[in-house]
Amino acid sequence: MDGSARLFGDRPPGVEQQESTANFLSYTVGLGLAILATIGSFVVSQTDLLWAPGIPVGLVVLAFAQIGVHLVFFLHLGSGPDNTNNILALAFGVFIVFLVIGGSCWIIANLHANMMAMPAQMLH
Amino acid sequence: MLGRLSWAAIPFDEPLPLISMAVVMLAILGVLTIVTVKGWLPYLWREWITSVDHKRIGVMYMLLGLVMLLRGFSDAIMMRTQQAIAVGGAQGYLPPDHYDQIFSAHGTIMIFFVAMPLVIGLMNFVVPLQLGVRDVAFPVLNSVSFWLTASGALLINASLVIGNFARTGWMGYPPLSELAFSPDVGVDYYLWSLQISGIGTLLSGVNFVTTILKLRAPGMTYFRMPVFCWTALASSLLIVAAFPILTATLMMLLLDRYLGMHFFTNDAGGNQMMYVNLFWAWGHPEVYILILPAFGVFSEVVATFSGKALFSYRSMVLATLGICVLSFTVWLHHFFTMGAGADVNAFFGIMSSIIAVPTGVKVFNWLFTMFRGRIVYRTPMLFAIGFLVTFVIGGMTGVLLAVPPVDFVLHNSAFLVAHFHNVIIGGVVFGAFAGYNYWFPKVFGFTLDERWGKAGFWCWLVGFYLAFMPLYVLGLHGMTRRLQHISDPSWQPWLLVAEAGAIVIMCGIFCQVAQLYVSIRTRELRRDLTGDPWNGRTLEWATTSPPPAYNFAVLPQVETIDAFWEMKRRGLTPAQPIYETLEMPRGSPIGVVTAFFASVTGFALIWHIWWMAILGLLGAAVALLVFGWSDDRERELTAAEVAQLERARRGLRQPA
Repeated sequence: MDGSARLFGDRPPGVEQQESTANFLSYTVGLGLAILATIGSFVVSQTDLLWAPGIPVGLVVLAFAQIGVHLVFFLHLGSGPDNTNNILALAFGVFIVFLVIGGSCWIIANLHANMMAMPAQMLH
Repeated sequence: MLGRLSWAAIPFDEPLPLISMAVVMLAILGVLTIVTVKGWLPYLWREWITSVDHKRIGVMYMLLGLVMLLRGFSDAIMMRTQQAIAVGGAQGYLPPDHYDQIFSAHGTIMIFFVAMPLVIGLMNFVVPLQLGVRDVAFPVLNSVSFWLTASGALLINASLVIGNFARTGWMGYPPLSELAFSPDVGVDYYLWSLQISGIGTLLSGVNFVTTILKLRAPGMTYFRMPVFCWTALASSLLIVAAFPILTATLMMLLLDRYLGMHFFTNDAGGNQMMYVNLFWAWGHPEVYILILPAFGVFSEVVATFSGKALFSYRSMVLATLGICVLSFTVWLHHFFTMGAGADVNAFFGIMSSIIAVPTGVKVFNWLFTMFRGRIVYRTPMLFAIGFLVTFVIGGMTGVLLAVPPVDFVLHNSAFLVAHFHNVIIGGVVFGAFAGYNYWFPKVFGFTLDERWGKAGFWCWLVGFYLAFMPLYVLGLHGMTRRLQHISDPSWQPWLLVAEAGAIVIMCGIFCQVAQLYVSIRTRELRRDLTGDPWNGRTLEWATTSPPPAYNFAVLPQVETIDAFWEMKRRGLTPAQPIYETLEMPRGSPIGVVTAFFASVTGFALIWHIWWMAILGLLGAAVALLVFGWSDDRERELTAAEVAQLERARRGLRQPA
């Protein structure tokens, strides 16, 4: 058995792990955290708890927290031995999404590079 | 009641499509009549149409690809002929409207319904056998994938007869493909057939990723997998990552066309350049989805016919994975001229040159594998060597095109056309033919005829060079692609050479049809009783030809790369294998039923027959629900039955 087998020590689909993370407590904690993140974003947007220009940043942070809670508590993404594939798949997915969205933004924004400067009133 | 559909949709005034339609209809009716009269229908339904066996599905994919190759090739030779004669004063025989449909259909068919089915068909047949397992991870889903692909092919062929096809080129760029400029059904045929087959392809990708990551013979670690499995994995990962982009992009165009939205329109804030960007964000990974499995085929073929282990297996795997990731960083080179600034163009130009490096690594690996090997020049090996030479030329013109200033000169010229045909024919098509000749004895239990096979190879090789080298020259002279009429008479000699090349390729196709016919007629003489006709290295050759439905009665134990070679070397033959009871998936009609409803829905949406679209969707939903609630999906094959089947098979089989 070489390194990759230990690294990816995987099992066939449908075989449950012994210490399943899918128990009542973890679902409850997950639900609590998810609700907290949801309420938090309403609070941030509806009150002046945060400095006004910082509100979008706050919402983005809470959105990422929400994604994290879902991945860990509901999709059972952890650091267990059988999770290497899942983590790699997530990393690959995030990487591709970053490339495509980031690349598209960069490309589309850059399309003005060779355009002649336009007087501001012509833009409207 | 019937939406936009009326008798006007049938092109009664155009004899060409009408005649070809009549011929095709007669052929289909003839085949159906023979099948019905001979009483083959129950057999076909039970053993093929509803089969969830990955081997049968692989064969059906290949058949679909080869039949559609005939359709795509007839488009090609029509275009070549038009360009060869419509010079100066002559107008040729294809009016512009018809010519535009032909080049659009040619591209769409060749990529989606020839190259993809050939590649996925090979993956279907070979990957589970090479991994030493009994089927893919989701056998029924596999059948659904195939039939959805076939449904897309059906719709695109229907456009020949009922209505028309897109005149937008195979990329379907807006604003031309928007409702304002293409108001009829052509673009809708294009969009819905790609949407339906795209779902099938995506499901295939999911299936293969799962199969390769989760189902492998005991002892087969990642770094003991055959290279074809690695390339299939990389290709499937790209399918999973890239096809959703295409589906979303086409869906936005559909929303523009059906619900009056403004994603890619000229007005109301739409941006057609976003379509170009997103289309190629899928489109460039797509070319690697096609070429990576072909690289895998060549790796198997070169190693087997050189009688050596593949040179530097690990660098081959790393190059494959490198290409897999890098393929997502080069897509802008398809539209350098769209208007991005020097920074963006330079970045994507450099990345496009870098991606040639892992491909170069592979080329050297194949060369070193052949070095000092005892090369046996069978048809698959000829295709592999033809590929090496041709693909290097295509790769170098590709690196040339990756330089933005050069691209500004050659963009959308015949040079570009020559380049991508050079890599797709020289790479993907040669790879598919090599794989077809290489694995055919495993699939059907008898080898293909070598004389016709080699004749076919030489026709394809010579025909390719004759057909496409002149296009490089013409491109440098300034000829753009998709010309229905040639205004410069000095181009005609080159176009006549290209026409001759297309005819030589046609001879190659005839040779291949003859090869199949002759091989079937003389199959009793060419039986492969050993299961290992080429002295192979990987596990698919360890079982009988053709393999039993369960592939391996006892799963092989893998200890090295080239597992079967090692078994032969050590002389490992289990004295008395202990058989177990196997659970075999039952055949299921859900694939063909879903695809039937998908075709109905697609057709209804194309023609705006809303009630029929709703009925089609409901039908598919009900069929899936019924299937989801059925429990009787597996049958047991008891150990005694397996033993009996194996005795019958092994009795046939002679020691290798």
